[in-house]
Amino acid sequence: MPSRTGSHSPAGTGKSLPERGLLLLMVLVLLEGSVLPLGAASSPDISHQKNVDNHKVEHEKNYTKKAFPVLDLDYHHIQTPFEISLWVLLASVMKLGFHMIPRLPGIVPESCLLITVGLLVGGLIKLAGEKVPPVLDSQLFFLCLLPPIILDAGYFLPIRPFMENLGTILMFAVVGTLWNAFFIGGLLYAVCQIQPANPSELHQLEILPCLLFGSIISAVDPVAVLAVFEEIHINELLHILVFGESLLNDAVTVVLYHLFEEYSAAGTVTVLDGFLGIISFLVVSLGGILVGAIYGILTAFTSRFTSHTRVIEPLFVFVYSYMAYLSAEMFHLSGIMALIACGAVMRPYVEANISHKSHTTIKYFLKMWSSVSETLIFIFLGVATVDGPHHWNWTFVTVTVILCLVSRVIGVVGLTCVINKFRIVKLTTKDQFIVAYGGMRGAIAFSLGFLLKKEQFPMREMFLTAIITVIFFTVFVQGMTIKPLVELLAVKKKQEAKRSINEEIHTQFLDHLLTGIEDICGHYGHHHWKDKLNRFNKKYVKKCLIAGERSKEPQLIAFYHKMEMKQAIDLVESGGGVNLPSAVPSTVSMQNIQPKKPPPAKPVEKALPKMTKGREEEIRQILRSNLQKTRQRLRSYNRHTLVADPYEDGFSELLIKKQKMIELEKKIQHMNNYLTVPAAPPDSPTMCRARLASGRGTDFKPAQQQRGNKISPDPQAYSSKPAADRVPTIQVDLASPQSPDSVNLMDEFRRADQQEEDQGLMMKPPSGQSGPNRPREEDRGREQQKMTRCLSDPGPSADEEEEDEPFLP
Amino acid sequence: YDTFMTVSCHSYVDTSISLEQIENLHKRFQRLSDNEETISRKHLDSIPSLDNNPIKKQIIEAFFDKRNQHQDEVGSCEEIGFEQFLMVMSHFRPPSLKTTEEEKEAMRKEKLRFLFNMHDTGNDGTITLVEYRKVVEELLSKSGDIGQEAAKAIADAAMLEVASTNVPHMDPDDFYEGITFEHFEQILKGLEMETRMYIRFLDVETPTLRCGKSTS
Repeated sequence: MPSRTGSHSPAGTGKSLPERGLLLLMVLVLLEGSVLPLGAASSPDISHQKNVDNHKVEHEKNYTKKAFPVLDLDYHHIQTPFEISLWVLLASVMKLGFHMIPRLPGIVPESCLLITVGLLVGGLIKLAGEKVPPVLDSQLFFLCLLPPIILDAGYFLPIRPFMENLGTILMFAVVGTLWNAFFIGGLLYAVCQIQPANPSELHQLEILPCLLFGSIISAVDPVAVLAVFEEIHINELLHILVFGESLLNDAVTVVLYHLFEEYSAAGTVTVLDGFLGIISFLVVSLGGILVGAIYGILTAFTSRFTSHTRVIEPLFVFVYSYMAYLSAEMFHLSGIMALIACGAVMRPYVEANISHKSHTTIKYFLKMWSSVSETLIFIFLGVATVDGPHHWNWTFVTVTVILCLVSRVIGVVGLTCVINKFRIVKLTTKDQFIVAYGGMRGAIAFSLGFLLKKEQFPMREMFLTAIITVIFFTVFVQGMTIKPLVELLAVKKKQEAKRSINEEIHTQFLDHLLTGIEDICGHYGHHHWKDKLNRFNKKYVKKCLIAGERSKEPQLIAFYHKMEMKQAIDLVESGGGVNLPSAVPSTVSMQNIQPKKPPPAKPVEKALPKMTKGREEEIRQILRSNLQKTRQRLRSYNRHTLVADPYEDGFSELLIKKQKMIELEKKIQHMNNYLTVPAAPPDSPTMCRARLASGRGTDFKPAQQQRGNKISPDPQAYSSKPAADRVPTIQVDLASPQSPDSVNLMDEFRRADQQEEDQGLMMKPPSGQSGPNRPREEDRGREQQKMTRCLSDPGPSADEEEEDEPFLP
Repeated sequence: YDTFMTVSCHSYVDTSISLEQIENLHKRFQRLSDNEETISRKHLDSIPSLDNNPIKKQIIEAFFDKRNQHQDEVGSCEEIGFEQFLMVMSHFRPPSLKTTEEEKEAMRKEKLRFLFNMHDTGNDGTITLVEYRKVVEELLSKSGDIGQEAAKAIADAAMLEVASTNVPHMDPDDFYEGITFEHFEQILKGLEMETRMYIRFLDVETPTLRCGKSTS
């Protein structure tokens, strides 16, 4: 099979010494990875042998009765799932091994390495004399491997940049792909027809198969693009342009593919056919979006009612999306567009409805599935390369690769000329280069080529070889060089920093401002229509699709809650404020920005006695007993609800422990303050939140014990509180609202505090103050209960805002 | 009318608003002012589509703010003529391909200044906490009861963020007066104002210009 070695040449030729070293490393990785599956595979053999021996012995003893098989072997029974598991295991171990080798991930993209692994595995299978399984079979690819990747992309699609650049993306996806298909197909045909003196097999190639080949090879592949672009961290604009194009060109590819496949059988094309093709394109793309949107809305609507069965929430998202994909494929609509639409439509509503844990589950499941799929696809691509019947034709392959590059460059440059006329942020030459260079081809093209029938297209094998060559060229050559090129050209990178609250405020402010200015100009531009759509969404759609109070929550508040939530979790995970991940330790706290109050008298406070050890112990006792009670009450196991048993997972446990400690410290400290001085009002939840939002300066210092009775403003007097107060405030308790009297009690307590301050100094005997504090301990218990629940159920709560009230000047 | 147009065009050569756009805007201006020479708050107040805008008050106020007129005056005026109207509008022009980096920077500063002035109602060069709270409150004003309390919390958080990014080390007794323009620039660095704060209507090369004409 001479063609096989030929197909390897793009990867194999011209290898320098360091690259050889790399190859060696890859082999090592492979060995490391294959030991496991091989070991697993070999074990049944051993048992089989033993079994056979057993049989023999038994057989000699009893001739009439067949012994009961103590150990039996039936590999065929489990063969298919077992082999699937082995492949998945291989893929996962490869991924693992790849990231364990130092420095390698920086040089070679993962996709290259995975293809190499696939090549080696395929080679091994072939050497072992086995028949290579048809791994990259189109059914498997389109129905199992592709959907997770696309759903992941669609669900986490950055809507805003996508919509802002939709025109450009569509231009590249539709016009660009059409141009590529016809340019490559046409010129390829022309090249095949030259050399009349030397008639070759290429002369038999007709124009329609050429165009079909062009349409297969011209589409940029989302899987390959994602694999490469996620590693180079390019700026958001370029990322969304290339990635968006790769998603939206699916409709064009589907239509062109079916069109040319149909016509090449008939052999002729009429104008009517072309016209039908255009209509078919509209139907395929818009139909796909419609199917996706319908399923997306269905998902959102279903998730409205899942508050009692949180465990199956994520399943709805996956199943509905898959149904959307399958339904679209059923009618030969664009399944990819359906998935994208489905994911993008459902996301805002589903996220408002489901619990925090479910959201995390969805995120992780999608990431897991898509990364396994991606790994498998690349490995299978390698295996299929070894396996496939190849037909290497130098002219055809070389011309294809060159034409692919040329048409991409011409297409991008030409289209940007037109697009830049309409864009505010113009695409620079560098941007154009990256967009052109980032046009990776991938497994979709291969699978489409694989689908072709041998009888209808005698050149199928040559097509497949050329497709694989192009894929290898883009993945290896372009994929490996794009990173250094990005560095060399100093293309703007992605900003890693997450959005700040100020930026969010101003994004919204700007939206309203621009809408307002458009209204004043009397010009109905896109801000005007966006505003209309938002209002419609808020008024009707959200009410139908989002359960309860959250539907009324404005975006800004939702953002704020989310941020708060995230920071709270970070804080707890990092150790209750002891070690904050933030780099700069800031000493700025809420009191630095609050308008100043008249300074309270300091000297008096110093004379006051500190809390005795006995009191401290007493408080500890109260806390302990109350906490235990709450624990007992909560311990009820329910398989269907994650919410009711917060103690089940270690995180809540940790949280409770931490909370307990902090709580205690805080309590003592608070009492100290209270007993000794009419101090400045204690941190209101708002302050803590504000502090929390800053994410800094919450160091927990033991020193505050001694300095606790110092009057504020002293940041340390507050420093222990945020961690304690913060947690109850961030959460939302949908299941059991805090009893109203407890809130009142707290408020009164605080109000008393404030009044005291207003009245100046009012010393009270320490013993008298323990009264109002005691009931508060119970609140704490309840709040803790709330807090643990909140972690599975974020959302706004009514009482949360109430608590803010008395403290704001 | 003609002389008026030439005068105003003359003074806006540098703001890259084309003659055609000025004509469009002038037509709109006349419609808003009922063919008067000047426009007052109540004219803008009566634009029906503005009713749903949560920051309507601030937008209208910005038109009458003398700081936005490229003069060194402060305070607000009762009425503005077309020239001032155009001056405010010029803050919303987009950058073109020919805009150099320095020009972009200047543009960005100018746009940020406009936003800053909208927030700084006290005219004292800083956005105080009270002023910032007001801004957020306005933003949330359409969302009913929860708006007020949440607005306070959000404004506090935002203010704290500004304070901690710009002055990381503060003594407990220090007081952060409010956001100065430099700090304001710093916190909105990531927003790329020059490419976001624009109106298509004012874009020279767009065909949507016609829309403006037909609706005005």
